Amino acid sequence: MSGVSGIASIAGIGATEFSKESGRTELQLAAEATRTALDDAGLDPSEVDGMVTFTMDTNTETAVARELGMGELSFFSRVHYGGGAACATVQQAAMAVTTGMAEVVVCYRAFNERSGQRFGQVQPAVAGAATSAGVDNSWSYPLGLGTPGAQVAMFARRYMHTFGATSEDFGRVAVTDRKHAATNPNAWFYQRPITLAEHQDSKWITEPLHLLDCCQESDGGVAIVVTSTERARDLPHPPAVVQAAAQGSGSDQFTMTSYYRDDLTGLPEMGLVGRQLWQQAGLGPQDVQVGILYDHFTPFVLVQLEELGFCGRGEARDFIADGAVELDGRLPINTHGGQLGEAYIHGMNGITEGVRQVRGTAVNQVDEAHNVLVTAGTGVPTSGLVLSAE
Amino acid sequence: MTSTASSATAAKDTGPARDNESVHAAAERISAAGESRPRPGRDPVNLPMIHNWAEALGDGNPVYTNAEYAETSVHGGLVAPPAMAQVWTMGGLHPEPAPDDPMRAMTAALDEAGYTSVVATNCEQTYHRYLRHGEHVAVTTKLEEVTGPKRTGLGEGWFLTLRYTWYVDTEAVAEMMFRLLKFRPADGDEPARPTPEPAGDNTADESDPRTGSPILPAINRDTAYFWEGTAAGELRIQRCGRCGLLRHPPGPMCSECGATKPTHLVACGHGQVYSYVVHHRPPVPGKELPLVIALVELDEGVRVLGELHGIDPDEVHIGLDVEVFFRQVDEQVTLPCWRPRTEGK
Repeated sequence: MSGVSGIASIAGIGATEFSKESGRTELQLAAEATRTALDDAGLDPSEVDGMVTFTMDTNTETAVARELGMGELSFFSRVHYGGGAACATVQQAAMAVTTGMAEVVVCYRAFNERSGQRFGQVQPAVAGAATSAGVDNSWSYPLGLGTPGAQVAMFARRYMHTFGATSEDFGRVAVTDRKHAATNPNAWFYQRPITLAEHQDSKWITEPLHLLDCCQESDGGVAIVVTSTERARDLPHPPAVVQAAAQGSGSDQFTMTSYYRDDLTGLPEMGLVGRQLWQQAGLGPQDVQVGILYDHFTPFVLVQLEELGFCGRGEARDFIADGAVELDGRLPINTHGGQLGEAYIHGMNGITEGVRQVRGTAVNQVDEAHNVLVTAGTGVPTSGLVLSAE
Repeated sequence: MTSTASSATAAKDTGPARDNESVHAAAERISAAGESRPRPGRDPVNLPMIHNWAEALGDGNPVYTNAEYAETSVHGGLVAPPAMAQVWTMGGLHPEPAPDDPMRAMTAALDEAGYTSVVATNCEQTYHRYLRHGEHVAVTTKLEEVTGPKRTGLGEGWFLTLRYTWYVDTEAVAEMMFRLLKFRPADGDEPARPTPEPAGDNTADESDPRTGSPILPAINRDTAYFWEGTAAGELRIQRCGRCGLLRHPPGPMCSECGATKPTHLVACGHGQVYSYVVHHRPPVPGKELPLVIALVELDEGVRVLGELHGIDPDEVHIGLDVEVFFRQVDEQVTLPCWRPRTEGK
């Protein structure tokens, strides 16, 4: 595994605009994002020989390849578990490049998640499916626990009970993300920061989560081009080196409802990702200058800070209390505004922000951002990356 | 008692006129008018109609039809099935809506605004007392709430909540909450909803957010014992037939010893709230919101999710002592639910 470290890099990034109604098909979004990413990398579609996406993506690799006029593909792969797949798409690409299975791999994710099928709504079909996942979901959906927000709220309540965290502690994450989004012209919530009082006044979704604890629903597409670091050096942008890339699934793991472990206050699957990342990269929490932490719901941002070693268990609320995760703090997070502020593209827009930080081209650029940590979906089997400047 | 009714009619989209203001104004005006004038039933509560209804529904309870038997019952005489409440005021084959019917007024306003299609979403009846043969029943209707516009799987629309109250003279004897969705049919290119593959040992998923019918579990041979248990009023927990490990949710192979001979025990049904949520939005098919859902740690040591009833959401806390009870949602499925434990441990 650690054999991947440093060999592959992200050479190009691309995205569509982030909206609530794209007005075009998901395939068009995927094709547009991919073309933009290839242009950014200075590569021609004909040079792509690998494609990776989410099992949840509705656009097949072959369909995207046809739209771009790509030729032969020697590697194609998909990763499961919703937003947990985000960083793992880059891991798949890095492994393919490192082992010589492919030379140029595009990772993509595109959907009309606001104007089409909304993940924030109850989706009854997932409980009835004749699959092991359908049976798993049958222990929650029919009982009334049928949205990601409600499923995370169950963890959040126990976390509050155990560590004395409050809704205001969760709110500080939302305020930070929205503050960063406010200065990002590509963010849906550009120039629309919020206050902690507004967070507290926002309506209940599922107690203890307020509306402003929940990420947006968005339409849009993101694509990322991975190739060898060696080749990337000859391309227009400095390489964002994949210093570490890891996946993690914990024991007694469920998708969103791992309620049957001894403890309900951690994310052991993210702890596993973190340990691998630090080991592969030869770095520790003190060595990263920016954290792009998956933020579909605020409570899990606190838990991630703990699982990844930035602070002790139950201490994240103290860690963030003095503004540590804001731009001038010890660990600025979600400098693009996160999924709460920029857009919900299933974590893929977080990876592109990590690349911009490493390149030094982010709108909210952090000084000397040599190493950036990026994480994927929480509450599910997940993944993470450390991206580094050369 | 709860019943769910649904019907759908499609109507052609009349155009783009979408004036939320006019809908809000109409809703305000019509709700402010309050209850419609009582509309009397065609006939008094009568034996022939009860005979037909009881026969059609297979309800052989003699207290509805046998005067001699009814004399000896707690009612001291013939009564009507409570669920017939609506029957007594039905308008017959060609019903003529009353001029002050709020449902007609509100649906007309929505038709006008372009929300031309309708689907009933859910309906709940409450019975205050049994009706006696010969009583004269009248019904009133009131528009309680109009919410929207909401984006739904069928298209953008408004939810109308109406309350029907049945009276004998001035005494309210039964009530019904009736909710329907008036919507603009979505364009033809709306994204397809995923449909699960039917399997031999799987109860087909017939839940549909459009009708508000409850989400049903996928049941297979690994999990059937649990749902057979709830139907029989038992909370069953998987127990390994070899090493005795208790496990919920269940699976076909013991994670401890590898045996594939699961058995089960019947839990005592007592436990404590380990965590809980109060769900306010979005809507959950077949559920009334807000809804408390609790993760309960049973005395046996495993955790089981379920709705928590019988307590104000603000009063719920981690550690609350609860006991199981069961709610049937359809012919095949009964859900385990929780309520505060009344007796001491």
